[in-house]
Amino acid sequence: MNWNFEILPDFIFNGLRDGAVYGTVALALVLIFKATTLINFATGELAMLGAFFVYVLNVEQGWWLWLSIAVAMAVSAVIGAVVERALVRPFDPDDHLPVVLITLGLFLIINAVAGDIWNYQVRRVNDPFGHFPSWVPNGSELKTSSDGTIACLKNADGDLIEVARGTADADMCEMVGRTFFEVIGARLHYRTIGTWIGLALALIALAIILGKTKAGLAFRAVSSNAESARLVGVNTGRTLGFGWALASVFGTLGAALVSPALGGVNPNMMLTILIYALAAAALGGLDSLGGAVIGGLVVGLIKSVLVSWFGVVVLGQAYFSILQLAMAFLLILIVLLFRPAGLFGTRRIERV
Amino acid sequence: MTDMMLKVENLHARYGAVEVLRGLDFEVPDGNVVVMLGANGAGKTTTLRALCNMCTTSGTIEMEGDDISRSKTADIVRRGVAHVPQGRGTFPELSVMDNLKIGAYTRKDKEVSADVDRWFEIFPRLEERRDQLAGSLSGGEQQMLAVARALMCRPRLLLLDEPSLGLAPLIIEDLFERFAQLNKETGLTMLLVEQNANLALDMADYGYVIESGEIALHGPAEQLKNDPAVQEAYLGA
Repeated sequence: MNWNFEILPDFIFNGLRDGAVYGTVALALVLIFKATTLINFATGELAMLGAFFVYVLNVEQGWWLWLSIAVAMAVSAVIGAVVERALVRPFDPDDHLPVVLITLGLFLIINAVAGDIWNYQVRRVNDPFGHFPSWVPNGSELKTSSDGTIACLKNADGDLIEVARGTADADMCEMVGRTFFEVIGARLHYRTIGTWIGLALALIALAIILGKTKAGLAFRAVSSNAESARLVGVNTGRTLGFGWALASVFGTLGAALVSPALGGVNPNMMLTILIYALAAAALGGLDSLGGAVIGGLVVGLIKSVLVSWFGVVVLGQAYFSILQLAMAFLLILIVLLFRPAGLFGTRRIERV
Repeated sequence: MTDMMLKVENLHARYGAVEVLRGLDFEVPDGNVVVMLGANGAGKTTTLRALCNMCTTSGTIEMEGDDISRSKTADIVRRGVAHVPQGRGTFPELSVMDNLKIGAYTRKDKEVSADVDRWFEIFPRLEERRDQLAGSLSGGEQQMLAVARALMCRPRLLLLDEPSLGLAPLIIEDLFERFAQLNKETGLTMLLVEQNANLALDMADYGYVIESGEIALHGPAEQLKNDPAVQEAYLGA
């Protein structure tokens, strides 16, 4: 046993970073579950598509990154609504199997189409939070190797602060700066903070949309009692389309936030993330938006601290790293067995 | 006939292969309270659902002279039909306040919050619980909320499906007093489906008895009350 506590904070930060991504994707799952009580297995692939839109607009077309993300989110919203209208609404909402099969089919189709268009190589994307060159401490020195593939940054005392590899582009070397600052001896990456802020803003936006707008009120009404919602004049179909659109927006946000950490975008980027997000949603309660976020953070922590830190570092068992996904399935199993409604989900109570 | 709020002719309705309504004819005059009596499964609930186009129907449903049998539910609500479904139909995960707001979903005017205050005055218990989730209210409070929510769309025709179900006798009496008061003070037309025939006939102007999806008997409420067949079947006499 090697209780290496010095590096524990690093694992905690990483876990909470990944967890924020799982939480964002879990939000997309929960939004659709709340509205239709079904799991949309295409959530991850719709999000992957959104991440590719960001890639196309930003990297290929040279648009400003944040504008690319905003446009990709808007396009995803339209796609989500169209999918709901064309592939989900024609089916009986009380018969879940056909619709679940459709979302599974959609999962495969989107993955294959994306693979056909962009192939399965990882394509580098720009990191919205990666480098802050203007924050390079005074007196520090940037050095690049002669072929430009390695850049390093030293502070005034000559200590190495950051090394960046694979930056073959000379311009990229110019951009190298610190990608983190130190908190209790651990590296807290700007990217991590950026992901947290992204999730927080998404939650605030969601709270405003659902809590303060008429469309949001209609959405909550349909998910609470669809029949009564119809009886007060709510167009339930259009409201569900709105839910799918919202879900796609959050999926795309999650994918856009995580893609730099994955090294770029590729059609399979969301496969494992969807599994973790499912575990997060099951843990938090499939119909609880707050639960999805907390579930995401917990899953990220379990994966990073319990499996990677405790399993691999403390116990010294390298094979633990391949158990991360199995852990997610185990978690889903345990939750469904002992607390089917999750930590914050609604336990159905009938009152007459 | 402009004084007829609702005129239904030859109304059929089915769920899949089962025909539930087999040619109903009935009328609801403007400003009246009309009650529908009948045993479980006779088709009372289906009748109300058919009026709001919540099930497959044939026949004509005229509201103030216009055929609404093919209209969308939302358009029927916009015309002024409010439906309090069986089992109250509140939104348990929404606060009392949000339940009332969603009741005004089809309205576009600025007087929604004034109406909320108005119904809070009439149902003070709801105001005390305005931020509580509807699912946490008692049965009687939920029924009040369901009625207040229905009134939020400023209906001219209120459809009430067994409002007394599962409530204590004192609460039922209180509720029916409020219905009668509403009808008297605002002229609100009501179509009431009830098992509690005594109370319903006391309040109603006219009544219909449904048996197996057909009108078996109809007449002024006073007359039905004294009808031996009705007394035996529904009044426990």
